Amino acid sequence: MKRAWLAALAPYLWLAVFFAFPFLLVAKLSLSHTVLAMPPYAPRLDLSQGQAGIRAFVHQLSFETYARMATDRLYVSAFLSSLSFAGVATAILLIVGYPIAYGMSRFGLGARQGLLLAVILPFWTSFLIRIYAWIAILKPAGLLNQALAWLHIAPLNLLNTPAAVILGLVYAYLPFMVLPLFAVLEKQDESLIEAARDLGCTATGAFWKVTFPLSLPGVAAGALLCFIPMVGEFVIPDLLGGSHTLMLGRTIWTEFFADRDWPAASAVAIVLLATLAIPIALFQRQQAKVLS
Amino acid sequence: MDEGSDRPVTAPLVRFEGVTRRFDDQAAVDAVSLDIAEGEFFALLGPSGCGKTTLMRLLAGFEAPDAGRILLAGEDIAGLPPHRRPVHMMFQSYALFPHLSVAKNIAFGLRQRKMVGDEVAARVDEMLALVRLEGLGGRRPDQLSGGQQQRVALARAIAPKPKILLLDEPMAALDRKLREETQLELMALQRRLGMTFMIVTHDQDEAMVVADRMAVMRAGKIEQIGPPREVYDHPVNRYVAGFIGETNLFPQGEAWRAVRPEAMTLSETPHSGALAAQVAEIAYFGDRTRYVVKANGQTLLISRANVGPPLGVAVGDKVWVSHPLDAGVTVSA
Repeated sequence: MKRAWLAALAPYLWLAVFFAFPFLLVAKLSLSHTVLAMPPYAPRLDLSQGQAGIRAFVHQLSFETYARMATDRLYVSAFLSSLSFAGVATAILLIVGYPIAYGMSRFGLGARQGLLLAVILPFWTSFLIRIYAWIAILKPAGLLNQALAWLHIAPLNLLNTPAAVILGLVYAYLPFMVLPLFAVLEKQDESLIEAARDLGCTATGAFWKVTFPLSLPGVAAGALLCFIPMVGEFVIPDLLGGSHTLMLGRTIWTEFFADRDWPAASAVAIVLLATLAIPIALFQRQQAKVLS
Repeated sequence: MDEGSDRPVTAPLVRFEGVTRRFDDQAAVDAVSLDIAEGEFFALLGPSGCGKTTLMRLLAGFEAPDAGRILLAGEDIAGLPPHRRPVHMMFQSYALFPHLSVAKNIAFGLRQRKMVGDEVAARVDEMLALVRLEGLGGRRPDQLSGGQQQRVALARAIAPKPKILLLDEPMAALDRKLREETQLELMALQRRLGMTFMIVTHDQDEAMVVADRMAVMRAGKIEQIGPPREVYDHPVNRYVAGFIGETNLFPQGEAWRAVRPEAMTLSETPHSGALAAQVAEIAYFGDRTRYVVKANGQTLLISRANVGPPLGVAVGDKVWVSHPLDAGVTVSA
């Protein structure tokens, strides 16, 4: 009896230790202000003074950092540019990922397993190494420009541009788009397509009237699964986008390490989380619907 | 078999001419020739894997023949993709579009035929009434019972007025009572619409109940075509005799004498010409009783109508079985 109770509690304990507690720390930090000290923020909770200490601490907390962020164009544009990078990359991922997933789902069982493995294969090497490899491809004297020169085409300067960031995002997140799409397309009953064909649809018509609408749960799952982490993506814009690419992940890093402005970094993180709570909630609802 | 009996009098609506379809060098349909008349209820009957479904899919356009021709109303339809054939199919799984309402499912084929709003609505209502689903047009397929889904599938295939309606095991998913009701409804519906129906089934009782004529298939070939009564009473070979109903086979020179269980008589006393046997099984069906007996190592079936005084026979008892000299037919091996 007691053990069952503990088992039920375990996930909440996990969430409390690894989510709620760090979240509260970050939330508290975002309401602090910077000082030249170690650690570089104030106020600090002094429990030795008891109730008075807590009261003094709470009294010093303020929303000043948030107010500053709302008026500072840098934060606003980092926020908007993160959303648009993620949005554009999600759209491209859908356009690229859908035909891949669709093609995979049309193969026989054996070939499908092989193709599925091919989609997952990149995960066997380090993510960081694969992004560095893109630098080698995109840099001015890199593989891409060597190939272009060989074809007598003018070189492209892609590295450290928004295009390189989009390319990196699409490359890195492609499996997360393909897999949920493949899952819904593979399950689709072939006789539905035949029924549509039988009732007068061309092959293209049957795709748009039956296959695509029935795959929308997969489209939603893939889009949210990519969009949510891409908004906060740090490594790809940092390595491929150069110093002038503004994204929230980079902003957090800069505030934290370069500016030593921990409250600002925390406030950005909180705003990011609050923004993503909407698509995350949508994703959860979508998953619940698929499971029911 | 007499050549005239498998050829309808009027020009056929559908004609298969030496049609062959191979999968991996295996002929699923092997040089099949078959005519179906306008307004006929035709059944393709056979065990699974006999090629009956492939034959139907060839007509719907989901398979292309490797040899032979398929004519619809006198025209070769080889080049026509499924969506351009005036042939509709009711799928075994029903294949209802789960994202569309019942009404939109039924309207699907009509809209593809560029029928306009008011006409579509009127035809959908007509179809809903036809299959007794008035008022359920707004439901989703998954909110309906199996029997209701079956009728939506039927309405959807009938709505665009196909020249021939193909029914692929349409009652396989229904329970027995509903299946029997549906068979009768389907026959009434076919008569009312005057539409040509072609049903694929592995259920011999179903084929015999609904069909005007039926084709019994084995391994890609048609063994016999004819009205159910003719096929039942005059099976051309041992296979057909055994597949359509139950039969007792007695060797007769090179061939066999096939005698139906209901033509056999069972007696508690010996008489001339009767075979001594031992009762192995007795099954009571209300209107009749079915006896399984062993005679000289052979298993025989006897079906006896339960009229008059019952026989006082139990399992293990010695009995005598016989059949009138003119009972049954001679079939080839």
